[in-house]
Amino acid sequence: MTPTPASAPESAPVIALVGNPNAGKTAMFNAFTGARQKVGNYPGVTVERHAGKIMMGDGRPAELIDLPGTYSLTPHSPDEAVTRDVLLGRQLGEQKPDIILAVVDAGNLDNHLRFILELKSLGLPMVLALNMVDLARRDGLEIDIAALSEQLGIRVAPTIAVRRHGLDRLRDLLAEVAPAAHVENAADEARKLPPLDIRALQKQARAIADAVTTETDKRRSITRRIDNVALHPVVGPIMLAGILFLMFQAVFAWATGPVEMIESLISALHDAIQNLLPAGFLRDLILEGVIAGVGSVVVFLPQILILFSFILLLEASGYMVRAAFLMDRLMGRAGLSGRAFIPLLSSFACAVPGIMATRTMAEPRDRLTTILIAPLMTCSARLPVYAVIIAAFIPASSVGPGIGLQGLVLFTLYIVGILAAFIVALVLRRTVTKGPDQGFLMEMPKYQMPVLRDFLLGLWQRAEVFLKRAGTIILTSTVILWLLLSYPKPPADADPAIPAVDYSIAANVANGLAVVLKPIGFDRDIALALIPAMAAREVAVSALATVYAIESDGGDEHSLVERLRGKWPLPTALAFLAWFVFAPQCISTIAVVRRETNGWKWPGFLLAYLFALAYVAAGITYWSATAFGL
Amino acid sequence: MTQITPPIALDQFQMSQPARIVAVDWQLLSIEQARRLREMGFDEGVTVELLHQGPYGGDPLACQVGRMTVAIRRELAHFIKVVAEEVTA
Repeated sequence: MTPTPASAPESAPVIALVGNPNAGKTAMFNAFTGARQKVGNYPGVTVERHAGKIMMGDGRPAELIDLPGTYSLTPHSPDEAVTRDVLLGRQLGEQKPDIILAVVDAGNLDNHLRFILELKSLGLPMVLALNMVDLARRDGLEIDIAALSEQLGIRVAPTIAVRRHGLDRLRDLLAEVAPAAHVENAADEARKLPPLDIRALQKQARAIADAVTTETDKRRSITRRIDNVALHPVVGPIMLAGILFLMFQAVFAWATGPVEMIESLISALHDAIQNLLPAGFLRDLILEGVIAGVGSVVVFLPQILILFSFILLLEASGYMVRAAFLMDRLMGRAGLSGRAFIPLLSSFACAVPGIMATRTMAEPRDRLTTILIAPLMTCSARLPVYAVIIAAFIPASSVGPGIGLQGLVLFTLYIVGILAAFIVALVLRRTVTKGPDQGFLMEMPKYQMPVLRDFLLGLWQRAEVFLKRAGTIILTSTVILWLLLSYPKPPADADPAIPAVDYSIAANVANGLAVVLKPIGFDRDIALALIPAMAAREVAVSALATVYAIESDGGDEHSLVERLRGKWPLPTALAFLAWFVFAPQCISTIAVVRRETNGWKWPGFLLAYLFALAYVAAGITYWSATAFGL
Repeated sequence: MTQITPPIALDQFQMSQPARIVAVDWQLLSIEQARRLREMGFDEGVTVELLHQGPYGGDPLACQVGRMTVAIRRELAHFIKVVAEEVTA
């Protein structure tokens, strides 16, 4: 691998990596920068900014920025707008690129070259990576690279980005066209987009593609053969259902080992600190606040990683678009398109990446509807809550061969979320997001073997985000809760029969809240746990643990499950589950909805409708459970 | 043997049968829809072939356009008129 400088000087040329979706642009970026890439956000929009330092052929450093894939310079989605604005030098927080490194799929030149001709009109130095030449050859296509280069008037190098082939040649070509230094001329006005005749460019592109491509044999592509099965009207949906079943099964079954490992690590840490520190404020803070709080969330890392593994693999292989194809009509029933399937499936891991994935949706009303129902998909943060309550209140009995009652209840909770999402989408599409159906038009990329390196990189980036969240939002809220629960301490002459927690600030707030929550079966302790769980749902579990840990005052060492069993009637437990199907308790989600919708209107709407649904659902559950004498 | 056949809407065309686009009702489409169709490679003179159909009511369609495969709803495919591609032996 070529050595890379730790940081390129300010004056290093800026290279923009541009290409159609499915041209292999991300693989190219990963091949160039590996794990050294920096992921950030453009100010004002949630489009991720990926950048990294690379070394050009002559040893000079350069800054490579990966721009969102797009079909043209006329944007249809927020993602595509960023690409255009960066190239025109009017994107906030981004340097104006000096060179364009364009990526095209060698097997799809007649379509991709149109965008290249558009890019050429910007007048920037440009290098073309003719990518996936191996797949083109597999499909019987030969491309005359010299002729292509001559016809376009651009330097061209054949590459196989996923296998890092052809990168050195690209580095050389970049060095040939690179200016001596980055040019950021303040006097230079933002570049103007020249008026373009798309149809003429398209015709020109097809003519060039035809001239340089020789089709050696017309065999059926592998992709078409796989699709004959994967998109079969009967086999296709069965296969999709099987994959989804395997995915959810894996989240629960495969995670057990790693979860137990993390749990034992946490308890070892707990014991070590207990022995190390003298009793007092600091020890209580660390044990009851930090370790109990953050630890109860970090144990879900394995499940989140398994879920993301599936989603990353489905995306990288090209199957995700097939799933969208199969689901399109079904989603159409709710006024959505198959495109919404991808963000919604991701939302089962976490609504935040799910909502961010809606950026590729071209139709604003479709996109808004998808954003508003994404929090109804049962995200992994609800799992801790569901798991604890189910373990405490639902007997581990069997309702049929191989079907446990606990699993059935969990499955029901997922289904209730999905059904609610469909109903809400239907209502929204007839009211607040009313408008004509924009249909479904989507490129179906060739199937590809996912590359381990890219997969691991993606997984690592998700893990980092999750752990950062545990270390910031969740840590802060559990520590604050602990302080609110512990202070003020009871007066010296307090009645020892009254638990110490009753004197705390949090208890007073919860007393007020409990008045509102009493009709749906929630007592003061639950209200107490719901306050910090505003930050993130999973905090509810650690909050309950903290509340009952302080209440019991370190006496008995019962687990949270046993304590709950003793304290809550069954209708309350069921109502608590129903509450969490709907309750929008996640600051990250609210924040991302605010950013994606540019204001407080839609997150406000989201909060209001979800809390209303949560209250009603919990109420109905509580009243009917009580009526049935549970 | 050439046979003059009237154009057929793409959504009515046979599966797995190469066809050539002879007309697209651009004026009936929104600017956005027209642009998106062009970006996906639909244009007069391009060869298309219907490959797969969705499981519910045969919708959407998966269609080979040039060298790209594109998913398109029948509703939109209706605006694309095609004739059977002459098979040269």
